[in-house]
Amino acid sequence: MSAPNKSGWKPEMQPASDGLHTGPATVTGNRALMLEEPLLFEIGHAETTGVDLPEIDAAAAAAATSRFGGFARTEPIGLVGLTEPDTVRHYTRLSRQNYGIDLGLFPLGSCTMKHNPRLNEKVARFPGFADVHPLAPSQTVQGALQVIYELGDWLKTLTGMPGIAMSPKAGAHGELCGILAIRAAHEARGDARQTVLVPESAHGTNPATAAFAGYGVEDIPATPEGRVDLAALKARLGPDVAAVMITNPNTCGLFENEFREIADAVHAIGGYVYCDGANFNAIVGRVRPGDLGVDAMHINLHKTFSTPHGGGGPGSGPVVFSEALQDFAPLPVVRKLHDGGYELVEEEQREHRGLSFGRMTAFHGQMGMFTRALTYMLSHGADGLKQVAEDAVLNANYVLRSLEDLLHAPFAESGPCMHEALFGDKDFGNDLSTLDLAKALIDEGYHPMTVYFPLVVHGAMLVEPTETESKASLDQFIAAFRSVAERALAGDETMKQAPYYAPRRRLDETQAARKPKLAWQSPEQ
Amino acid sequence: MRYLPLTDSDRAAMLDKIGANSIDDLFVDVPAVARLDGPIRDLPMHASEMAVERHMRTRANANLAAGDAPFFLGAGAYRHHVPASVDAVIQRGEFLTAYTPYQPEIAQGTLQMLFEFQTQVARLYGCAVANASLYDGSTACWEAVAMAGRVTRRSRAVLSGALHPHYAQVVKTMAQFTGGTIADAMPAIQAEPDNAGLIERIDDETSCVVVQYPDILGRIPDLAELAEAAHAKGALLIAVNTEPVALGAIKSPGELGADIVVGEGQAIGVGLQFGGPYLGLFAVRNPKHVRQMPGRLCGETVDAEGKRGFVLTLSTREQHIRREKATSNICTNSGLCALAFSVHMTLLGEKGMRELAAENHRLACYAADRLAQVPGVTLLNTAFFNEFTLRLDGKSARDVVEGLAETGMLAGVPLDRLYPDVEALSDGLLVAVTETTTEADIEALAGALEGALS
Repeated sequence: MSAPNKSGWKPEMQPASDGLHTGPATVTGNRALMLEEPLLFEIGHAETTGVDLPEIDAAAAAAATSRFGGFARTEPIGLVGLTEPDTVRHYTRLSRQNYGIDLGLFPLGSCTMKHNPRLNEKVARFPGFADVHPLAPSQTVQGALQVIYELGDWLKTLTGMPGIAMSPKAGAHGELCGILAIRAAHEARGDARQTVLVPESAHGTNPATAAFAGYGVEDIPATPEGRVDLAALKARLGPDVAAVMITNPNTCGLFENEFREIADAVHAIGGYVYCDGANFNAIVGRVRPGDLGVDAMHINLHKTFSTPHGGGGPGSGPVVFSEALQDFAPLPVVRKLHDGGYELVEEEQREHRGLSFGRMTAFHGQMGMFTRALTYMLSHGADGLKQVAEDAVLNANYVLRSLEDLLHAPFAESGPCMHEALFGDKDFGNDLSTLDLAKALIDEGYHPMTVYFPLVVHGAMLVEPTETESKASLDQFIAAFRSVAERALAGDETMKQAPYYAPRRRLDETQAARKPKLAWQSPEQ
Repeated sequence: MRYLPLTDSDRAAMLDKIGANSIDDLFVDVPAVARLDGPIRDLPMHASEMAVERHMRTRANANLAAGDAPFFLGAGAYRHHVPASVDAVIQRGEFLTAYTPYQPEIAQGTLQMLFEFQTQVARLYGCAVANASLYDGSTACWEAVAMAGRVTRRSRAVLSGALHPHYAQVVKTMAQFTGGTIADAMPAIQAEPDNAGLIERIDDETSCVVVQYPDILGRIPDLAELAEAAHAKGALLIAVNTEPVALGAIKSPGELGADIVVGEGQAIGVGLQFGGPYLGLFAVRNPKHVRQMPGRLCGETVDAEGKRGFVLTLSTREQHIRREKATSNICTNSGLCALAFSVHMTLLGEKGMRELAAENHRLACYAADRLAQVPGVTLLNTAFFNEFTLRLDGKSARDVVEGLAETGMLAGVPLDRLYPDVEALSDGLLVAVTETTTEADIEALAGALEGALS
């Protein structure tokens, strides 16, 4: 087999030593480009600042009597500062201890780490978007309102759904939005219901959301093929069931081929169908969830539509609604006027026939994500988005079929996978675990896949390559994955100490939780 | 398609490996009823980078940017100068394109940053522990109310009338579904916050008292008095701050006895962005309350070689472990905005933060006095930080603001925008002044108000 890396590196170039300590210790703790960085509070000073304020106007200075009503600060805040060069260096050094999609394949299943186009970043920074106040008079923000309206229109068209709420701040907030609309719809007709059904393979946010909205949560069993068990679901449906929450494609990476039957059965008992749209990227431009009987679905703009995750957010979770639910959606909404202008409606009695369940956030949603997502959609168009789904699914199937001979793939016979491929830890030797394999993959230069999720597969490994990987990139990843899988199956004990080459070895999470240190304190304290 | 690396021959080779004849074979599980015969209709086809940029620029140019006008809006979103290096740092791909730090060995950059951020927020708020951020101030406010319910095992929250009305609406919206009761009120339009009225509404069923500091009218309530009254009834005091720069000049809520301090961090590092993404800050004064907190927490630990490192911790509170028993359904936080906040705070430091706050206040005092000289304008507040309420002698502040917008002046937030159709508030105008405001801007607003009111 040829070397899995075309950089000039060859397999026979393995270091002669144990591969860990090939040179002398350094006095700094640094290893060339691997730089150790102290905490801000260990290098900054109270008297140092990296900001020079403008000279204050003379007249203003003259008015300098403070009017704090007796609450002027008398104690130091306890902050430290750095000058600009030291600030830039501090954060640049920290950045180099992070893995990002810009560095390589990031196959975190269900989290969808695709390339973030830089045009999106440029557009979001136009002063006409970035430097506009949310409460500015409507005639000065017509372009911003138009972007919200147009993005909403795209989302409605792509999903085949008539209603939309743009304000939810992230996927889980969108889930809450959808479930609250369902509850409001039932309550509006005096039909209080108690239960939401959620498959075992669901994201943890689903049961948490339903419980938060006041529902009891019950599991729906899965078939051995990894899909919702329609017969079991039908047997459980009754007048107490408010909704089912189903992820489609599901977290086993499969399309719920009986979704329409599920939806019909739920509607027949007066319930609603919530679809978790986290995996919409697998079908965007190819399948409209509205055609499958969905009543509400959130769309993670930071997944399907490429807005950056930024180390854990911000997200953005607009929700599309069926006709039955659209009037219960939260405010505000952007309305198009007959004269071609746009209006932000914030008052309940003026919209949704007075049925809106309320307000989910201050202001109107994640505008900075809207501009990026709309830019992404315009770049791809209807044809490009369809290609996105097809390439994402093609890449995932290629990974599945390139690894299934080696690794346990519980649903490999359930049909093609969609955007992600699922494996289990069956037959690993010497008590090696999925975690050990993940950490060994770090040493090969990859961010690991999602591990131990979904819960329905032992030692689950959920691999989502996304459409922005080339075949060459996938081939190298597959070679690395096969290598660590073979080691795991053979019981290679050295994996238990992996990673060896990351900025840190395995971190002690037990100690972190037992004696939480959640803020810096000076050693003198 | 510039974002899709597969070539047609790659696709053919991969289909061959998979054993499929065409891409349609991979979508065979989609029911016939949902199959489409081509790209979705009624949407445009793909476009060049140049064409898309041009399209979006026309949208941006249809807005009046704050930097292109005399600008006085606040009410929960403030315009401050953000140093250029903040944006340079957050655009580093290793920060921008990282995910939640689930694999800490290769996410120490994000994790150490979050640990520093938590420390900065805790100190600014006068608290023991801050979390790694929530969506925004309004959702953080609701999470605090929910947490107070868990801590006190009571469900009646008392909201100050001078809490930002959007925040109050979010709390009321959520409480309809969780079974809590929310006692809210309209703001009393008077020079001093109505602490006595608020204290009267606290009873033995009260889980928490929620008060904004400085409040929606820019006034500075006595938190110590409220804390004492709340604690006497076994309730928690939740302080809400929407302008963190203020805390460079006035006492921290924690110092005054607030139990949970939440707020909007947007003013530092994040920018206006038409309302989002913003940055929810959340902190507790008593470390014993940590296990009831929502959202992610980053903690210090060591690695297998004994080196210091950081991890997400106490995740047994969270939805991915606890599912329906979690403290909150929150998954995503506002990581990139937290980074922007933290970089800006690092640039400011103690010295810069104190000077910035002092300069905001000096300019605001000057502006308040200057504007109060305009015939027909009265200054409501006796105390304020960088935002105050003017009364326009019975004239509709909304009409005045909308009229001035036509002339390219962004004159402030009329209270009618926040409290539609409340007669008693309709002549109230909220005016915010920051270091970005110039003396010439203030003079222009004074002149414009004089014209509008004469």
